[in-house]
Amino acid sequence: MTVTTQLVTVTVDGVTVEVPAGTLIIRVAEMLGTAIPRFCDHPLLDPVAACRMCLVEIEGQGKPQPSCAVTVTDGMIVKTQHSSEMAAKAQAGVMEFLLINHPLDCPICDKGGECPLQNQAMTAGQGETRFDGTKRTFPKPINVSAQVLLDRERCVSCARCTRFADQIAGDPFISLLERGAKQQVGISSDQPFDSYFSGNTIQICPVGALTSAKYRFRSRPFDLVSSPTACEHCAAGCALRTDVRRNTVMRRLAWDAPEVNEEWNCDKGRFAFPYLTDGRIQSPLVRDEDGNLIPASWPEALRVAAAGLKKSGASTAVLTGGRLTNEDALAYAGFARKVLGTKDVDFRARAASDEETSFLAHHVAGSGLGVTYADLEAAPSVLLVGFEPEDESPIVFLRLRKAALKGGTKVYAIAPFLTAGLAKMKGTLIAASPAEEVNAIVGAAGYVQDAGSIVLVGERAAQTPGLLTAVSALVTSTGAKLAWVPRRAGERGALDAGLLPVDGRNTTDIINALGKDIKGLLVAGVGSDDVAADIVAGAERAEFVVSLETRHTDITAVADVVLPVAVVTEKSGTFRNWEGRDRSFNTVVPTPGALSDAEVLGEIASAMGEFFGVDPQFWNSAAKPASGISEPAAASVGQGQALLSTWRHLLDNGTLQEGEPYLAATARMAVVRVSPATAAKLNLVDGATATVTAHGQSASAPVIVTVGMAEDTVWIPANSEGSALGLPSGTVVNVSGGAA
Amino acid sequence: MSLTQETREKAREIISRYPQARSALLPMLHLVQSEEGFVSADGIALCAEELELTTAEVAAVATFYTMYHRKPAGEFHVGVCINPGCGILGGDEIWKRVSDRLGIGHDEVTEDGKISLERIECQAACTHAPVMTANWEFLDNMTPESALEVIEKLSRGEEVLSTRGPRVRSFKENELTLAGFEDELVDFGQADAMMLAGLNRAKELGQSAPKGTL
Amino acid sequence: MTLTPVLTAHWDEPDSYTISGYQRHGGYTAVKKALKQAPDDIITLVKDSGLRGRGGAGFPTGLKWSFVPQGDGKPHYLVVNADESEPGACKDIPLMLSNPHSLIEGIIIASFAMRSNNAFIYLRGEVPHVFRRVNSAIKEAYAAGYLGKNIQGSGFDLDVVLHAGAGAYICGEETALLDSLEGRRGQPRLKPPFPAVAGLYASPSCVNNVETIANIPYIVNNGVDWFRSMGTEKSPGFKLFAVSGHVNRPGIYEAPLGITMRELLEHAGGVRNGHKVKFWLPGGSSVPMLTPDLLDTPLTYEDIAAAGSMLGTGTPMIFDETTSVVRAVTGWLAFYKHESCGKCTPCREGTYWLSDVLHRLEEGHGTEADLDKLVEVCAQIAGRSFCALGDAAATPFPAALKHFREEFVQATTTPANESFDPAAATVFAGATR
Ligand SMILES: Cc1cc2nc3c(=O)[nH]c(=O)nc-3n(C[C@H](O)[C@H](O)[C@H](O)COP(=O)(O)O)c2cc1C
Ligand code: SF4
Ligand code: FES
Repeated sequence: MTVTTQLVTVTVDGVTVEVPAGTLIIRVAEMLGTAIPRFCDHPLLDPVAACRMCLVEIEGQGKPQPSCAVTVTDGMIVKTQHSSEMAAKAQAGVMEFLLINHPLDCPICDKGGECPLQNQAMTAGQGETRFDGTKRTFPKPINVSAQVLLDRERCVSCARCTRFADQIAGDPFISLLERGAKQQVGISSDQPFDSYFSGNTIQICPVGALTSAKYRFRSRPFDLVSSPTACEHCAAGCALRTDVRRNTVMRRLAWDAPEVNEEWNCDKGRFAFPYLTDGRIQSPLVRDEDGNLIPASWPEALRVAAAGLKKSGASTAVLTGGRLTNEDALAYAGFARKVLGTKDVDFRARAASDEETSFLAHHVAGSGLGVTYADLEAAPSVLLVGFEPEDESPIVFLRLRKAALKGGTKVYAIAPFLTAGLAKMKGTLIAASPAEEVNAIVGAAGYVQDAGSIVLVGERAAQTPGLLTAVSALVTSTGAKLAWVPRRAGERGALDAGLLPVDGRNTTDIINALGKDIKGLLVAGVGSDDVAADIVAGAERAEFVVSLETRHTDITAVADVVLPVAVVTEKSGTFRNWEGRDRSFNTVVPTPGALSDAEVLGEIASAMGEFFGVDPQFWNSAAKPASGISEPAAASVGQGQALLSTWRHLLDNGTLQEGEPYLAATARMAVVRVSPATAAKLNLVDGATATVTAHGQSASAPVIVTVGMAEDTVWIPANSEGSALGLPSGTVVNVSGGAA
Repeated sequence: MSLTQETREKAREIISRYPQARSALLPMLHLVQSEEGFVSADGIALCAEELELTTAEVAAVATFYTMYHRKPAGEFHVGVCINPGCGILGGDEIWKRVSDRLGIGHDEVTEDGKISLERIECQAACTHAPVMTANWEFLDNMTPESALEVIEKLSRGEEVLSTRGPRVRSFKENELTLAGFEDELVDFGQADAMMLAGLNRAKELGQSAPKGTL
Repeated sequence: MTLTPVLTAHWDEPDSYTISGYQRHGGYTAVKKALKQAPDDIITLVKDSGLRGRGGAGFPTGLKWSFVPQGDGKPHYLVVNADESEPGACKDIPLMLSNPHSLIEGIIIASFAMRSNNAFIYLRGEVPHVFRRVNSAIKEAYAAGYLGKNIQGSGFDLDVVLHAGAGAYICGEETALLDSLEGRRGQPRLKPPFPAVAGLYASPSCVNNVETIANIPYIVNNGVDWFRSMGTEKSPGFKLFAVSGHVNRPGIYEAPLGITMRELLEHAGGVRNGHKVKFWLPGGSSVPMLTPDLLDTPLTYEDIAAAGSMLGTGTPMIFDETTSVVRAVTGWLAFYKHESCGKCTPCREGTYWLSDVLHRLEEGHGTEADLDKLVEVCAQIAGRSFCALGDAAATPFPAALKHFREEFVQATTTPANESFDPAAATVFAGATR
């Protein structure tokens, strides 16, 4: 596609430049380094020209014009406040108006010190108010959600927050209410602003009207040290800014990364960080003769670990989880393959299959930067397979929504029901139960024929036998581009590092073989709730278990040696996001004695008398497994039964979200979804509690009868309050209803 | 909770008038008032459901317009125009007298729920100043005396005739009219002296528009 | 200048609002004529007539119609602005009460000309009696085959929907009206795109005032020359002048544009006996007030502009010497504050501020510095607000101060109600107290 942009000549404050036609005056001024004051303007929101702060003079026009909404035309001569009295006076007038009803409570306002209103009042304001009337007041503050508070008298009605909620997130639960001088932002009492993206409104509010329950009154901007970081929660790869005061993380903000998260992030990335400090393992632990884990010195612990691992050697398995940095992942790969000599390595702390191993080896591993966010935005159509972007990669969701609304990208999803997220992307549901997904893929070929079409496949696709093979065939036959979007920040890096068992056993097989032919286990960042097989029992069967962890888990509890490792704030590193793009970060909380996984592995190796280098080119020499086609299992659903479909809500009982009650309060509730016909078959009533059981696991939640849903399917979130079944999609489950 | 399936059917009928459903929101809120006497939370929820909006989006609209009430209006919602065109010509005095008599102020309702009062802005009836309204039917050329008489009658449940429309019905009944449901009252109300002032004067002076083909 | 009843010609007939009453005097003959012509020819006719919009701004109607792109494959919409909420304006409401079919016939012709198959009438909500009349006129027109499918065998389809607003002056502003008609808060939209390109439902749309559209059948029937035989070159035709205030016979007077205020005042029986004009406003509270020395100004767009005001809605308000100008201006500012939509800062905060200071002045508290401050605050609103409501709000005070400075100075120490007995200004003066 060739885009020919017409250039026009425009003069701003006497400087003449050529810019693409259609550029807003305020952006041209920015390019020239001229800051025109503004409140409502936000480069990622549609212009409204409501605040009138950015008024400039345009030669030939009698009235000052809003530079945030007027696009340049050829020959236009613009004068900003720097060269036009008209503009300067207009801006000063607007500033005076904005302050007449403002409480001027900067000393106690969170925004004080980083407030556009405060700053611009200094530059464009008058110093003294001429208003001597009664200021508008509101009972303060109101909770627009558990996490977001609103002080209405500070609001300048710029509508950034409401436009964000409507235009970007698609969650118009906050709105401008009332009229005129009484206009105010608000919610309706029965629907709080429970949006996965609510925190962005706090950040873009140009005054201190929106604040977070978490950060309110906790710090002043000038006490903070800010560092650019990368988010560790999911594979989206958001740029963040982490603000630290006296070695404590006070808050995290979305940072500007036009090619990735633009200027947004999700509330998990923003608020879920108490885990960085809460419940940390303070020192190495070693199991004594009585079987008790007791604190040990580093040399002692390393010695025991080295001895044990030396003994188990090649019969040691390495499970790393999906949260490692590239650097740590490479260290594990080198340690496993070179020091231990084992091929039983896997990063997948989740349902996995040999079919997926083959799929990843052929399509994803070592493939570099592939499909990008920009590609999503330009795609004629995008097919989602085993992937619910809003829950599983929120920034992908935002970009797809933007593509769908602004660029006309058509989004199709093979899913059990039309999710809220899909509706917000104006997407089309291809309803399929887990048993029908493979056929649905075959039928979906027509949707991704146009050049530039993209298939996004989630890690969950591994739960359905045959699905990844079908995806593989689909992209081959249609020429559609393919991207794999795992949930965790470290999965792509681990894959590229060689932590995929191309020639060994996968996670499930490893766990099953523990205590049999696999004697030792080196485990990092895997939680027992992440994997279907009973890893705790497996670890207990194993002869020797070394756990590298940040916090106490039920696996550290059964390990023989526990070695504490650094969390993301204590080290530098790189996450490779789903695109294959590296997102690096530096230490923001220097912590003496904190060692990264890679450093600890190096220490163990030297205690073993070994040395290892890392092999970033693993995939050049790796033996790729033959594509292991799995036959779709013929699911038979008996009376009172259905096929389970499940995934995790973005906000749920995930361990990294612990300790953040305001965030947790905005999580979506667990529900049980069934189609009307299935509900009738199973005797389920809308609103009544249903119980889903299988393999000794059971979960209960209220029923939502969902029109258009795949039949004989029951959906329940995988890890929400009361709903954690720990079973993969496709499991035959018993469903029973209770009273309404 | 008087919103019934019938209300919902009516709402759908309103929606069917428009090329795009959301256009129905204003008349739907009138419909809600015709049932509830104000825009209730249930009414907001009904509009939100039928139009696939959030309740915040509906509330944003409902709170923008002054004709939508937050709490139940009186059976007779009485307005006194205080815009200078009426206010100076007597509206301010009438407001004072009416408000004193009822013992309620702007946006308040009498204890018996009969009458609510509003200081209203220009009603496009300045030629008939001072103007009052009862459930938005015009009461033209008022004096304090005629205003108080209207108030008395409404309080006692006696018939009050509007000057350019039919008898004053209940707030809810007229809201249903504004939602677009017919009420068979179209034939009430005639052009009065003020509306005919120019025509009568022209006839008196023998003046007319130039002759056209028609 | 003679009075020229056209729209009002038959209001004294009891059935003037019915289709039969309308047809008795040639109603629905224009539409038959129009449907036989090429749509573009009708646009040309309206252009040639020189008809200017009666909603307040006086924009040439034919020109506005020609902005609607033709053959673009998109639906087009005609939206009639029947919001009439400008203080002092009271012409569209009586027109729709007594002659709604002229509006309906005009809508059919205008829609045909602009290739619109859907028209909406956005009527302010506070007029159920008018709602009934217009709704009934629409029904009658459907029944008679003037609306609906294949109108009069022409192949042209048109549906008309009557829509009640809910109390918001800003919804008279055409883009706010469109948002309101789309079920949103009535806040004005950014222009461009203009409604002619992206109006209702983002499709090409034309918003016209009731009186503007009601003129159309008469122009189609009687021709350009007939129309232009009234009025002036720049302000052709006739107009509904609604005269209100301290006059003996307030009411609707239909006359050619160019009639003077003094002539109109005479038709209206003059100022109340024993009183004299203090100030007058040619067309709504949003235009600058004028003093009695300008009563001989012809009521045309151009002459009133030259006199320092605007014709606006052409509905003059006359106030006599019993009136406190401080009280009047304070009242109007309370109105603008109440009606400011809240979207933009200058209007939202500026009207709050103006109203606050004026209110204190009206009560006799203030300083002369307050007067200068008010002028400055007005200047900070005018030309900087999002839409013309802000400009309107910034109009009354400076105009009043120009003519009546002493009165405002007096108000800094003496309550307006002491300087001017409110009872004396009432139409029932003396009858009470
Ligand atoms: C605040 C405001 C209120 C207005 N109110 C009305 C109104 O009630 N009726 C009307 O026809 N035009 C009103 N207008 C003018 C309209 O925006 C628009 O110019 C008019 O409807 C165009 O119709 P016309 O070309 O037939 O005059 C208003 C404008 C503003 C700024
Ligand atoms: S709360 Fe903040 S972001 Fe929202 S409208 Fe007010 S000032 Fe703007
Ligand atoms: S920044 Fe331009 S009007 Fe607000």
